[in-house]
Amino acid sequence: MNIHEYQAKELFEKFGVATPKGVAVKSPAEFAGALGQINTAGGIMVKSQIHAGGRGKGTFTNGFKGGVKFSPTKEKAIENATAMLGNTLVTAQTGPEGRKVQTLYFTEAANLGKRPDGRDDEYYLAILLDRATSCPVIVASTEGGMEIEHVAHHTPEKIFKVQVDPAVGLQSFQARQIAFALGFSGELFKQCVTLVTKLYQFYWEKDCAMVEVNPLLVTQEGKLLALDAKVSFDDNALFRHPDIVALRDLNEEDAKEIEASKFGLSYIALDGNIACLVNGAGLAMSTMDIIQHFGGSPANFLDVGGGATKDQVTAAFKIILGDPNVKGILVNIFGGIMDCNVIATGIVEAVKETGLKLPLVVRLEGNNVEAGKATLAGSGLTIVSGDTMADAAQKIVKLVNKN
Amino acid sequence: MSILVHEKTRVLVQGITGDFGARHARLSIDYGSQIVAGVTPGKGGQVFEHNGVKVPIFNTVADAAKQTGATVSAIFVPPPFAADAILECVDADLDLAIAITEGIPVRDMVRAKRAMQGRRTRLIGPNCPGVVTPGRGEKSHGGCRIGIAPGYIHKRGKVGVVSRSGTLTYEAVWQLTCKGHGQSTCVGIGGDPVNGTSHLDVIKLFNEDPETEAIIMIGEIGGSAEVEAARWIKAHCKKPVAGFIAGATAPAGRRMGHAGAVIGGAEDTAAAKIKIFQECGISVAATPSDMADALLRIWKG
Repeated sequence: MNIHEYQAKELFEKFGVATPKGVAVKSPAEFAGALGQINTAGGIMVKSQIHAGGRGKGTFTNGFKGGVKFSPTKEKAIENATAMLGNTLVTAQTGPEGRKVQTLYFTEAANLGKRPDGRDDEYYLAILLDRATSCPVIVASTEGGMEIEHVAHHTPEKIFKVQVDPAVGLQSFQARQIAFALGFSGELFKQCVTLVTKLYQFYWEKDCAMVEVNPLLVTQEGKLLALDAKVSFDDNALFRHPDIVALRDLNEEDAKEIEASKFGLSYIALDGNIACLVNGAGLAMSTMDIIQHFGGSPANFLDVGGGATKDQVTAAFKIILGDPNVKGILVNIFGGIMDCNVIATGIVEAVKETGLKLPLVVRLEGNNVEAGKATLAGSGLTIVSGDTMADAAQKIVKLVNKN
Repeated sequence: MSILVHEKTRVLVQGITGDFGARHARLSIDYGSQIVAGVTPGKGGQVFEHNGVKVPIFNTVADAAKQTGATVSAIFVPPPFAADAILECVDADLDLAIAITEGIPVRDMVRAKRAMQGRRTRLIGPNCPGVVTPGRGEKSHGGCRIGIAPGYIHKRGKVGVVSRSGTLTYEAVWQLTCKGHGQSTCVGIGGDPVNGTSHLDVIKLFNEDPETEAIIMIGEIGGSAEVEAARWIKAHCKKPVAGFIAGATAPAGRRMGHAGAVIGGAEDTAAAKIKIFQECGISVAATPSDMADALLRIWKG
């Protein structure tokens, strides 16, 4: 689960990680009051709150450029905020449809320090799981404010990593290693050790999947601040964090994915025109792959899980048919333990209930498969049967391309 | 031989009184597997009965192991309690804990895996279909089925199968069986980012197993476990290996059902993994329908 920057920073502050002071607003009526709560002498940052990166370089569909704007005065901040709030921001990560900005974050503009070479004094810090070792890893770099993938590719020596032993947690010497690696001394060194320690505590206690601060910066006054904050949580651990669940913003999630999750379905929309309905994540992924292999284009990932019921199949069909791009459906079920005839009955009922008119190819394999195929054949519906995954994929691609 | 488990392996089931655990305990008994104990805290002394087989239930794994000689546990405990169930197996010095449970918090697994270091218990999973060593009876009856895989699709034979995904494993197994080729052992290592046993661990076991003559390795996008296994295969494996990677069409940054199936960097895409498989001499299946044939192109059976 992802949260907004302003929510992440509120959590940071609770854990003692310093951020620029800010206030979130959801309507123009709140603008003036919010600006009264922060020190605006050094200017104000107006930041669009959406769950996608690249906000600063984004463009609104109304033509306004920039989802993050420095505003020297309160008046300018209100002008920028008025142009952003309620409008749709398109960034490199949102796709062409963009995201409607429903919350803005006003923050005190940090007085960015400079390095001796004149560059901005910005750093990078992240905590995530290192899958190779199954341990948390803290990633730090002196090259903040740019994409870390770029830094890792061109100057890997500027990336510093510390692996945390989960048996004992982050040790003080490790926090010091990071502060030294970032080149800090004196007061800033102490601030960095504290910040890293508190950030790790937050990551661990709240079951974060990832915490990323880019940039972490030093102000002219010598303060270390988390200027941006990107936080995601382990979905499997949400049951023990009701405070985090309360931060979920359904506006930022795909309506069809939310609907699917209510039925225990795992659904992800893609750009193609052949929908698929599959049991099991690995099989669902490879069904998408085989559609593409034979020249088609998958419209979605949809895993109905191990025990697909009639209700689930019907819900899945409705979700699939809610996508106007879909021109055909491929059902691929390996009914290992499930009775294929039960699934076939569910498919027939779902087709009747939804009044499906699109081409449908069903590939059933496994337990009681002959009875299942007979049910499909005797249903009076135009359901095409596929014997293998390859056969089924070729058939649906052909049917869709013909129409 | 086989790997990890065989026909006589004595198995206990943690969570045998829950719907999910009970259902699969019955199917394992029907398959002829030696389900010798159940564990549900507070229900010790009760008996789980199916088709004339009486399975005693114990309060603790240690008691169950001591009383029945069980050496392997199948874990069907709900996610909040599953890491605890795994560590109870470690405490009882079992050979193997097979965690079927889906949805265990990553932090719990990080701690559990660390706590297992230096201990004798091996963990398979979590979020996995389990392990099957097929039997020699009709529809492979009489084998050791631990977990949720359909037993009848198997056939005893010479191919070792290792995969993160359940249904994709069944697909490979069924293709082999339909073409007349049986399996030594089929191992589902699970779709989570932190798991107990890797592709490489299983490949090493297959490499040493005299019954296993060839191997199918099925992987997914995300992480680098398949790549690590492929490089080892190139350097050390004595047996022909076919491979498949699911997720060629998956977009970056989206979790594709399995928590572990997320493209994070350039190295963990399907294309990158397939390229490395090919460089390491693994026969790559172009589609999931081609898994058995990919093996049969380099191994005559």
